[in-house]
Amino acid sequence: MRIIGLSIAVAGFLASPLAAEPVAPGDVKYEDGVVEASLTGVAGDPANGRDVFKNRKLGNCLACHVNADMPEESFHGEVGPEMTGAADRWEEQELRAIVANSKMVFEDSIMPAFYQNAGFERTLEKFEGKTILTAQQVEDVLAYLQTLKE
Amino acid sequence: MKTLKVLVSTACFVGMAVSTHAEESAALSIDGQEFTIQTAAPAHAENLDEVTSGWIYRAKETQALQLDDFDNPGFVFVDQAIDLWNEVDGGEGKACASCHDDVEQFAGLRTTLPRVEGGKVVTMEDLVNTCRTDHMGAEPWKYSGGQMTAMTALIGLQSRGMPMNVAIDGEAAEFWEEGKELYYTRVGQLDMACSNCHEDNYDTMIRADHLSQGQTNGFPTYRLKNAKLNSTHARFKGCMKNIRAEPYKVGGEEFKSLELYIASRGQGLSVETPSVRN
Ligand code: HEC
Ligand code: HEC
Repeated sequence: MRIIGLSIAVAGFLASPLAAEPVAPGDVKYEDGVVEASLTGVAGDPANGRDVFKNRKLGNCLACHVNADMPEESFHGEVGPEMTGAADRWEEQELRAIVANSKMVFEDSIMPAFYQNAGFERTLEKFEGKTILTAQQVEDVLAYLQTLKE
Repeated sequence: MKTLKVLVSTACFVGMAVSTHAEESAALSIDGQEFTIQTAAPAHAENLDEVTSGWIYRAKETQALQLDDFDNPGFVFVDQAIDLWNEVDGGEGKACASCHDDVEQFAGLRTTLPRVEGGKVVTMEDLVNTCRTDHMGAEPWKYSGGQMTAMTALIGLQSRGMPMNVAIDGEAAEFWEEGKELYYTRVGQLDMACSNCHEDNYDTMIRADHLSQGQTNGFPTYRLKNAKLNSTHARFKGCMKNIRAEPYKVGGEEFKSLELYIASRGQGLSVETPSVRN
């Protein structure tokens, strides 16, 4: 079949360890509030992570977290903790668990799971079976959060 | 106090967040009539100490629009409803006014709705449509359409200032329980329940929005956002879509039970119909 032929060709062409498939949302390993391994194997881009943080259609993290690194944005939510010093309080592997599925770290959190695609009730059809962020966007946000030092 | 705590925690950061937090002193009074916008929570709202009107959390300019009926854009629609009240429609050749001489006779009705009758939750929309179909021989209005929200605003206005007081015992109990269940059930891709925002985090900024308790005493409410009156169910629907959840049906059983439950959480708050929100 045409589609299969195409995907084999692409896979052959990208067959380096760096370009491996991202870890599927259901396969992410949470161990004591930590996700050790990168979801993609590709280093996160902090500049893009910063955009994901404030973009209302992506992370919209700013809806809930005051972030002193973004004085250009006029509205910062206050539902969760301020982001200043997040990198001092948490290791990268902990931040990965918090962003991918906060409920694995904070029981009953209001914070959405950004890399989870199942177990929800009544999800709108266009979001059904999808994660809020892609694996790479999660890694980008993590790279950005690591710049937030006191 | 909660308000103070939140204010202090944000005041220390560079001052980019707008301080729109609830002011203790704010009072709602329209044409000499005082409104209860804050009162002790009823025992059945077990996680709340006080119940508060959504008016408290709105910006000063938005609040001001509700203080004077001439400034309140909701009254344009109330006026339209007065015309509809007198307009003959349907096979029986009747208007609302043919059976009810004055809409003022409905003073108090808003405070008791929704109510349970014959094993069903009955909303004001249901009462209006029953009159239309059974007594006027007219087509029912769309549950959340312009004519309906105008008429429920006109009828609700007759109870303005009176405390919400819906029945939740007896026949109503099972529907109330169902509404409560819905209130606390997480839904959608963002996986949140009404309670996550309106119980756990009211009086907190969620980006540009100042979260209220999500009370219904002001409905139908005029929203600056869409420049029209909005029904209770339309608001529920909007909140569900925001958390990327498939809303229940407007006018359907789930939303009616939820409406009953939420009305009961606002027990004691004054009816503000038609309120003004952003
Ligand atoms: C709807 C609210 C909400 C959204 C949206 C949200 N968070 Fe959170 N977040 C919280 C809350 C609340 C906590 C505190 C833990 C708890 O009580 O659940 C938290 C905790 C955290 C923490 C740990 C904070 C600390 O310093 O101790 C980090 C880091 C974090 N969030 C990052 C993010 C990022 C990144 C995003 C977006 C991709 C995001 N959050 C989106 C509500 C939210
Ligand atoms: C992600 C947060 C969030 C969730 C979850 C949420 N809402 Fe809201 N809701 C808001 C915001 C923001 C507003 C506008 C500001 C305000 O009044 O709180 C609002 C407003 C309302 C209002 C209007 C209040 C007024 O005085 O005008 C009602 C009623 C309401 N919500 C009901 C609900 C119900 C029912 C649910 C659950 C099905 C729900 N909300 C879930 C954020 C939320």
